[in-house]
Amino acid sequence: MTIRFDNPDRPNSYIGKTVPRPNAARLVQGRGQYVDDVVLPRLVHVAFVRSPLAHARIAAIDTAEAARVKGVVRVFTGEELAAVCTPWVAVLAHLKGLKSPPQYPLAVGRATWVGEPVVAVVATSRLAAEEGANMVDVDYEPLPAVTDMMTALDAGTPVLHEEMGDNLAFRRLHEQGDVDAAFAAAHTVVEAHFTTARHTGVTPEPRSILVDWNPAEGQMTAWHATQAPHMIQTVLAQHLDIPEGRVRVICGDVGGSYGIKVHVYPDEVATAAIAKILGRPVKFIADRLESFNTDIHARDHEIVARLAVDEEGRILAMDVDDWTAIGSYSVYPRTSAIEGNQVVNLCGGPYDFANYRARTSVVFQNKVPTCQYRAVGHPIAVAVTEGLVDMAAARLGMDPVEIRRRNMYRDNAYPVTSPAMMRFEGLSHHASMNRLMELMDYDGLRAEQAALRAKGIYRGIGIASFIELTNPSPFMYGIGGARISAQDGCTVRMDPDGSIVALSGVTEQGQGTEAMLSQVVAEGVGVSPDRVRVITGDTQVTPYGGGTWASRGAGIGGEAALQSARALRHSILEVAGAMLQADPSGLDIRAGQVVDTASGEARMPLEELGRIVYFRGDTLPKGLPRELVQTRHFITSDYPFAFTNGVQASWLEVDTETGVVKLLKHWCVEDCGRVINPLLVDEQIRGGIVQGLGGALYEEIHYDGEGQLLNGSMADYLVPMAAEMPDMVIGHVETPTMESMLGAKGAGEAGTAGSPAAVMNAINDALRPLGAEVTAMPFTPERILRALRVIGN
Amino acid sequence: MTDVFRDRIDIALTVNGEPVEARVPAGQHLVDFLRGELGLTGAHASCEHGVCGACTVRVDGQAVRGCLMLAVQADRTEVWTVEGLSDSAAIRDLQDAFVARNALQCGFCTPGMLVSAQELLEADGVPSREEIREHLSGNYCRCTGYEAIVDAVETVARARAGKGAA
Repeated sequence: MTIRFDNPDRPNSYIGKTVPRPNAARLVQGRGQYVDDVVLPRLVHVAFVRSPLAHARIAAIDTAEAARVKGVVRVFTGEELAAVCTPWVAVLAHLKGLKSPPQYPLAVGRATWVGEPVVAVVATSRLAAEEGANMVDVDYEPLPAVTDMMTALDAGTPVLHEEMGDNLAFRRLHEQGDVDAAFAAAHTVVEAHFTTARHTGVTPEPRSILVDWNPAEGQMTAWHATQAPHMIQTVLAQHLDIPEGRVRVICGDVGGSYGIKVHVYPDEVATAAIAKILGRPVKFIADRLESFNTDIHARDHEIVARLAVDEEGRILAMDVDDWTAIGSYSVYPRTSAIEGNQVVNLCGGPYDFANYRARTSVVFQNKVPTCQYRAVGHPIAVAVTEGLVDMAAARLGMDPVEIRRRNMYRDNAYPVTSPAMMRFEGLSHHASMNRLMELMDYDGLRAEQAALRAKGIYRGIGIASFIELTNPSPFMYGIGGARISAQDGCTVRMDPDGSIVALSGVTEQGQGTEAMLSQVVAEGVGVSPDRVRVITGDTQVTPYGGGTWASRGAGIGGEAALQSARALRHSILEVAGAMLQADPSGLDIRAGQVVDTASGEARMPLEELGRIVYFRGDTLPKGLPRELVQTRHFITSDYPFAFTNGVQASWLEVDTETGVVKLLKHWCVEDCGRVINPLLVDEQIRGGIVQGLGGALYEEIHYDGEGQLLNGSMADYLVPMAAEMPDMVIGHVETPTMESMLGAKGAGEAGTAGSPAAVMNAINDALRPLGAEVTAMPFTPERILRALRVIGN
Repeated sequence: MTDVFRDRIDIALTVNGEPVEARVPAGQHLVDFLRGELGLTGAHASCEHGVCGACTVRVDGQAVRGCLMLAVQADRTEVWTVEGLSDSAAIRDLQDAFVARNALQCGFCTPGMLVSAQELLEADGVPSREEIREHLSGNYCRCTGYEAIVDAVETVARARAGKGAA
């Protein structure tokens, strides 16, 4: 059965329309319920004593003073929690050679970054827990800290984990074609050294968890701000020795995630372990300093890359040497090798060329562990690729749009396999570029730029094409042995009043999952979206699923919802056929009514059908199937990932005296396949763009040489605020995936993937007449003034 | 230090139009008092440095950071949180505009954003987009990229000005 999405006049045509988000009205009234809003009887709070040193042996811990603080219930050390919680090792079998030592909820014997939890203090109030934590006396013996990425593997650098042998966590070299020969024969070769700074997600709601252990039931319940409730269920069960079926994870409202809340954090597992020991609810809400020194960091890469082109600008070869430092542990269970691996997979992504070499080297150091953060690896790969393409265009005296058009895969070339061995089902680089040119009036903007330059005003246009990995199959994590589900499920049922309930394994982090599901189910069954109640985020209620990550909610969860809704529609019509003595194939459901398909004549409202099924089932034929509930699960199988594509443009002005960049406007045309809800998609793109703009201009975690975090507050770590951000124009090309009825691919990370590269290219476009170039993010006034040689190096 | 912070002080104020009397620790922040003692969980603690604006509430008509003001400083004041502003319908047009424009995603910053925006909307005239952006520059949103918020506030400013002129 198919839906004619190309017919806007079809019945129940909610897919493709902007419908309101069912949860938005609640949130604007302050009626959301985030984890910190949940209060339970006998609740206690936990605060953590964290390592003040980047690397130290824990010689002794004295908790006697802390235990005497009024309100303190109990104090736990690493050894005590290790007795009830097994350690974890974050490796994946398909990332060959990846290594990481066992990690415990609290440091045992040795602390390896500033912020690592060492002691937990539990008290009847958060204040008392913090006071207790202040009274814990830990005797640290400093050990040499590894803090520099590029010397981490040098013979003179101490080995962070002696049992690992060296500081190399993972290395992958990919080579396709004859790269050296292509470079040797090239007309032009450009080379650059890029750096992307260490970022963190800065979720408005800090990491939050409340765990209760009911010994009478033998059940653990965790209220958790998470993107992956079922994954957390598995992890808590596995490491705390509880049957998986006896762990329930509830994920209510979540105040921003962006990848930060899809990982296993030692202090959160510690909270669960403590709840199990104490047999009462324990709450941990990170404070903002804890967000900076324990939330995963990301994007800390240095890359030297080269691009070879012929005299007509055709790409002959690309050679990338990527380095990243991941902190002291690979993060469980997704691991910290994925970002580097993504850089290898994604560089050169839009372009049709043959010779490609990329290596990533992933090293340990004594800093906060890094892991997957919105658009994982994409902003890095896109900046490297698009930066080099612009440099090549400049060297050849070619327009940046023209060089891209000469190299992008033709829109009718698919399916193709890229030199990174990524398989593309169907992309639209040229159509997207054409749409961008129209939206931004590229030629007009170039003329304006030239006119202003004559007046000493330096404005730049930056273009960045990109691909984005979405709808992952088990090739991302499952094949590596991680219990991270790539499939997702949805149960849809009709209640006696004719209303529909949809239970989904994907989660709501604010992106609009519940609205998306409501309209997919509404169209699939044949009711209006306001007749659909969506329930997500409860492992004891929803079908098993992966949750929210890698831009999978709409493409995977949405398809499961559509299929289950269509199945329910079929069940309803079978009952209706029996009641109306009509052939079900001649009946349809429209706006909550069973109707004759041909005439559209109303035959019966769903609430009447519900009344009969649930209260007068005696009047239906014996043996008639009457289950008004259906479940379907969906997994992609034709392609490992559903790639999307897009192109962004930045228009900005550089003040050459102060080095300040003013963002004037930003465009993004992207192709996420079927657009289910245009408004939600556009706002995902806008929010994603701005998250990338933060990385381009402001965001950078600073450490000193001893591994001390220097900017652990929102006053010191700059994020994009309203005054500095531009208005953004969003356009779409739709190339639906053929893997699903719905045809949707992911949209949540495209903005973040491309915007840093667009800004970098725009700055360099503005500065090119002055002979200056920047490739180290963020592009602070200082870095721009150094590039302009206004200030010395 | 500890003894000082353990000192408790009697305060009397109105919160969302209702009289409240309480004995509060001298060191307790207003946002913790509202959330923990009164169960008003609309205002959120986020940066705890007065930078992000998630805890913004109205105190005597001004938008105030609940993490920078102590509960004792709210003695004899009139405090409004998003819950009270919702019940009184004082910002219903703004809330409707936020929902219609999808000017919120996770919603964590939204109560503070609404209080800040309402302060601007109460001033004379229709603010420009730049003025809206400037006024909201102390309210951090990681989800939306701000444009939808600016649109929603601009829409309400124009609508209110239209009503005032009529």
